[in-house]
Amino acid sequence: MRHIISILLENEAGALSRVAGLFSARAYNIESLTVAPTEDSSMSRMTLVTSGSAEIIEQITKQLNKLIDVVKLNDLNVSCEQHIEREMMLIKLKAPVSSRDEIMRLSNIFRGNIIDVSDDVYTVELTGTSEKLNAFIAAFDCDSILETVRSGVMGIARGSSSLHL
Amino acid sequence: MELSGAEIIAQFLHDEGVEYLFGYPGGAVLHIYDALLRADSVKHILVRHEQAATHAADGYSRSTGKTGVALVTSGPGMTNAVTGIATAYLDSIPLVVLTGQVPTGVIGSDAFQEVDSVGISRPCVKHNFLVKDVKDLAETLAKAFYVASTGRPGPVVVDIPKDITDPNIKIPYTYQSSIEMRSYNPVTKGHPFQIKKALELMLQAKNPVFYTGGGVVLGNASQSLRSLVRRLNFPITSTLMGLGAYPSSDEQFLGMLGMHGTYEANMAMHDTDVLIAVGARFDDRVTGHLEHFCPTAKIIHIDIDPSSISKTVKVDVPIVGDVDDVLTTMLEMLKETEQNSDTEALKDWWKQIKQWRKKNCLRYNKKTKSIKPQYVIEKLHEVTDDDAYITSDVGQHQMFAAQYYKFEEPRHWINSGGLGTMGFGLPAAMGVQLAHLDKTVACVTGEGSIQMNIQELATCMQYQLPIKIINLNNRYLGMVRQWQEFFYEGRYAMSYMESIPDFVKLAQSYGHVGMQVDQSADVEEALREAFAMKDKLVFIDFITTREENVYPMIAAGKGQHEMELAPDSELV
Repeated sequence: MRHIISILLENEAGALSRVAGLFSARAYNIESLTVAPTEDSSMSRMTLVTSGSAEIIEQITKQLNKLIDVVKLNDLNVSCEQHIEREMMLIKLKAPVSSRDEIMRLSNIFRGNIIDVSDDVYTVELTGTSEKLNAFIAAFDCDSILETVRSGVMGIARGSSSLHL
Repeated sequence: MELSGAEIIAQFLHDEGVEYLFGYPGGAVLHIYDALLRADSVKHILVRHEQAATHAADGYSRSTGKTGVALVTSGPGMTNAVTGIATAYLDSIPLVVLTGQVPTGVIGSDAFQEVDSVGISRPCVKHNFLVKDVKDLAETLAKAFYVASTGRPGPVVVDIPKDITDPNIKIPYTYQSSIEMRSYNPVTKGHPFQIKKALELMLQAKNPVFYTGGGVVLGNASQSLRSLVRRLNFPITSTLMGLGAYPSSDEQFLGMLGMHGTYEANMAMHDTDVLIAVGARFDDRVTGHLEHFCPTAKIIHIDIDPSSISKTVKVDVPIVGDVDDVLTTMLEMLKETEQNSDTEALKDWWKQIKQWRKKNCLRYNKKTKSIKPQYVIEKLHEVTDDDAYITSDVGQHQMFAAQYYKFEEPRHWINSGGLGTMGFGLPAAMGVQLAHLDKTVACVTGEGSIQMNIQELATCMQYQLPIKIINLNNRYLGMVRQWQEFFYEGRYAMSYMESIPDFVKLAQSYGHVGMQVDQSADVEEALREAFAMKDKLVFIDFITTREENVYPMIAAGKGQHEMELAPDSELV
């Protein structure tokens, strides 16, 4: 099963590589990983998407907790009732005159924004769940997609529960 | 007090109460060596190879419980130390390894003797640090000792660039005896509800068995374990790493379990209904095929490391906590409630165990003229007292030592269990001997292993370490040969040792005493003669039977109950 794990990490050099190294050393999957500083500059917040059986996920959270640089973590699929996840994508599409209307229409349907326009290329910004981004990509044929860049998933618990010190 | 980085290191080690520093100098640590020489606060032991520095610090730690400390230079100094660091990591031994690094300004430029020490050591340390500012040095050292020695212990590397130890930059220094880290708070107290639940299960058990590991030794829980096991009258078996925590001579002790464990221990494990795992980690050499592992058992697992629990074997009652604390709480609960184990069921269980014991699975032919390796270990046990420290290398001799030397006390059996590092025995023995100058220390080894760190004979001479080296010389890499005999139709690829040195002359050339024995009848006398030389290192080269196999054996992939015993022709 797919799990989203949120981690508060000491903002130390090498902290990211400890997490990444753990996953490769123990042959765990990483689907995506995103990390940036928080309002407290001494800590980073990481969101990690992984998958595996219940036993493997349990081991993953235990092994992560064992890393000295991990201050706190939450498995959003276990520790809270509901959570919100978002991912951002920038996608560069071929936009000949004949398909511009279609791109604009699809962007509207998916609540995306066209953020850059050149002679025959449009760049669309889109935010949502991973499925939504996948669906947007699927709406175009491969030939018309020049480039995609995705942020990886960020997650947060619904309601009052929060991951803080 | 204003000190340079190098002086801070010397002063900190003194303040921390470090007795010995095992190391080898080089360019990146010259400032530190200069400060150490002038401070004269910590005894530095000059090894002959950095791997030996880490093993010696490791042996020191295993035999004392204190943190072992090593100092090596950057680049090759550090990479040589990695095997020792990984050895300590797999067996959870607290070490602090200080590694020199090129100056901060040139890190990343492929400078002379530069390697990414933090990157290389990351997968085999509990934690590591790169000191980037001399102001952080003292606190980092304090953190390193704290992390290494608390929770589930382990090695910590502190990488120190040369400019951090610059003698011309002085800053104020105060010793921090305690430290807090928001991201590191190891659990020590077991959950009382879980402990109670475990105890209830234990008291109802019909065929219980204790399975104890290195965690009992590391957690200094030997006394509480002995009290609890005796109070309950349960049988107990131990892993390779846990030997000595419970006295081998005790009637309740079934011997070691696992691949080369005793028949009674493995059969008891297979048939048990309540397994009490204490400070053990269900290693594959213990469990055999997981499908056949304790098929009818409810499993209680006490361990300080939550990630050890249900890692390979799903357990029914996990208890995360300090082993000694949990066992002591169990004893107190038993005292309060005055409950007892099921004595009737236990009577039957012990009867069954007696049947298994009748197999006498460690029998071997003692009437040979040539020397059986098992016989050497039995005689070694006879001529040394219970307070002797035995280190070993890795291979058949290690298993023979574990099977035939009857350990009575914890921290007296020093070997590389998890990583299985050949070359561990001699340098580890140096650390043990330095920690216990007036005690008997013997290193059980083979002609393969001893040559992996033979250069340390020079260190032993320099510091007058009277270690007794028991070399079981069968001219084969014995364990490799055994597997090739069993699983490769006897094709002995590269397991034969040609051009073996004359160990007697070799020992003598270093200034030690060398002896060779090739008749079974001479074994005991040779040992007595060697151990009588209290102030000399004696290298005894025992020419043993060539194709001896370690029995009993559970072949890889087989279940606990599928033990192979020595063929009848071997038994008398």
